[in-house]
Amino acid sequence: MIALVDYGAGNLTSVRKALAAIGANVWTPTVPGELGRAHGIIVPGVGHFDATRGLTDDWRAAIKATVADGTPLLGICVGLQWLFEGSVEAPEVAGLGLFKGTCFTFTFPVNERQKVPHVGWNSLSIPRSSKLMAGIAPGTQVYFTHSYAAPVSDDSAAICDYGGPFSAAVERGNVAGMQFHPEKSGPAGLHMLSNWLRDAV
Amino acid sequence: MLSKRIIACLDVRDGKVVKGVNFEGLRDAGDPAALARRYNVEGIDEIVILDVTATVEARQARAHTIAAVAKEIFLPLAVGGGIHSEADAAAAIEAGADKVSLNTAALKTPELITLLAKRYGSQAVIVAIDAKQQSDRYAVYVRSGQAATPRDAVEWAREATDRGAGEILLTSSDRDGTKAGFDCAMTAAVSSAVNIPVIASGGAGVFEHFADVFRAGRADAALAASIFHFNEKSVEELKRYLNSAGIPVRI
Repeated sequence: MIALVDYGAGNLTSVRKALAAIGANVWTPTVPGELGRAHGIIVPGVGHFDATRGLTDDWRAAIKATVADGTPLLGICVGLQWLFEGSVEAPEVAGLGLFKGTCFTFTFPVNERQKVPHVGWNSLSIPRSSKLMAGIAPGTQVYFTHSYAAPVSDDSAAICDYGGPFSAAVERGNVAGMQFHPEKSGPAGLHMLSNWLRDAV
Repeated sequence: MLSKRIIACLDVRDGKVVKGVNFEGLRDAGDPAALARRYNVEGIDEIVILDVTATVEARQARAHTIAAVAKEIFLPLAVGGGIHSEADAAAAIEAGADKVSLNTAALKTPELITLLAKRYGSQAVIVAIDAKQQSDRYAVYVRSGQAATPRDAVEWAREATDRGAGEILLTSSDRDGTKAGFDCAMTAAVSSAVNIPVIASGGAGVFEHFADVFRAGRADAALAASIFHFNEKSVEELKRYLNSAGIPVRI
């Protein structure tokens, strides 16, 4: 069973539908204590980093404890950003801090200004092998919609470039994240979700 | 590099896909879910369902259509035409839409843009603008391109952005359905004025029109309906053409 954590940030219909399509059993826990029976945890998210305030201390503690037991954790979009230490979008709100660094907004060289948010299909470079990106060819395009992004580090499993490189996907041990929307990225996105799901049963 | 998006528009009436020339004389092009499936295989980047009737009774039928398309298509899905209230938007989003497109409702009640952006995020809110050149300005039209308003498209796009819109869907009321090409001058004027993506719509007829609107029109995405619906052109061929013309697309 996959716990899809609903902290009131946006719409979970698409994620739920994509997980159903790849055969996952999903439920939305109502109290943090339910996470103990999860085989995998997904923290979705659209919108503002400030919305992750909805992940109160009891949820944070339960997620951390479940992950420490080896349960796979996947953050999507703002959910990925929340796995870092924080974001300049809402400096007073702390991330979970499982990955080092602070999320930043896009900056462009003079005369090369591009639009923000970064909306649409952009290509991935794959810096190393990972469980999440297994079978994904470099250059594969996925669907993004975001104004803030996480820094590149040794934990990056996929890198995208928009005014500079950022972590499109991260993975370390049983903790992973995707900045793009796998549930909106066609067959490639479903493939990545299936890669993650393999460990979460 | 960020790809230019090719968006297929399904103009739906009573659960069937239709498409009109200048919004009149609609032709039947089939089942929305079947068309969406074909686009998925061919590599369309995004789908917009536009319910051109959009009466009160249409809300339930619309939810049914959205759910049928969303069930199998793992691509961004937007819904427009008939989104007049927060309840309309919520119904569309709960049925599986990722974005809603506001047109007349945003002009009448601009606060709705902000309200929906706060509830669902700006990425879920498209403001659709129908406009055409009128002497020295781009006049905004409503009621399927029949009634002029005092608003100017560039100024209205700026205001919509400030109020929280995440994208602008700009349709040329003159060109829609004519296959005479996008209105590149109007698209460039709006796209240069705002820092959010602009989707160009109205007038797609040949592949060159897409290249023109991405270059001269500075569009971030282009939307078309009839060019794809009747098997006139395939999305795959269009993408290959754009790629060879040096325009970044998802292949």
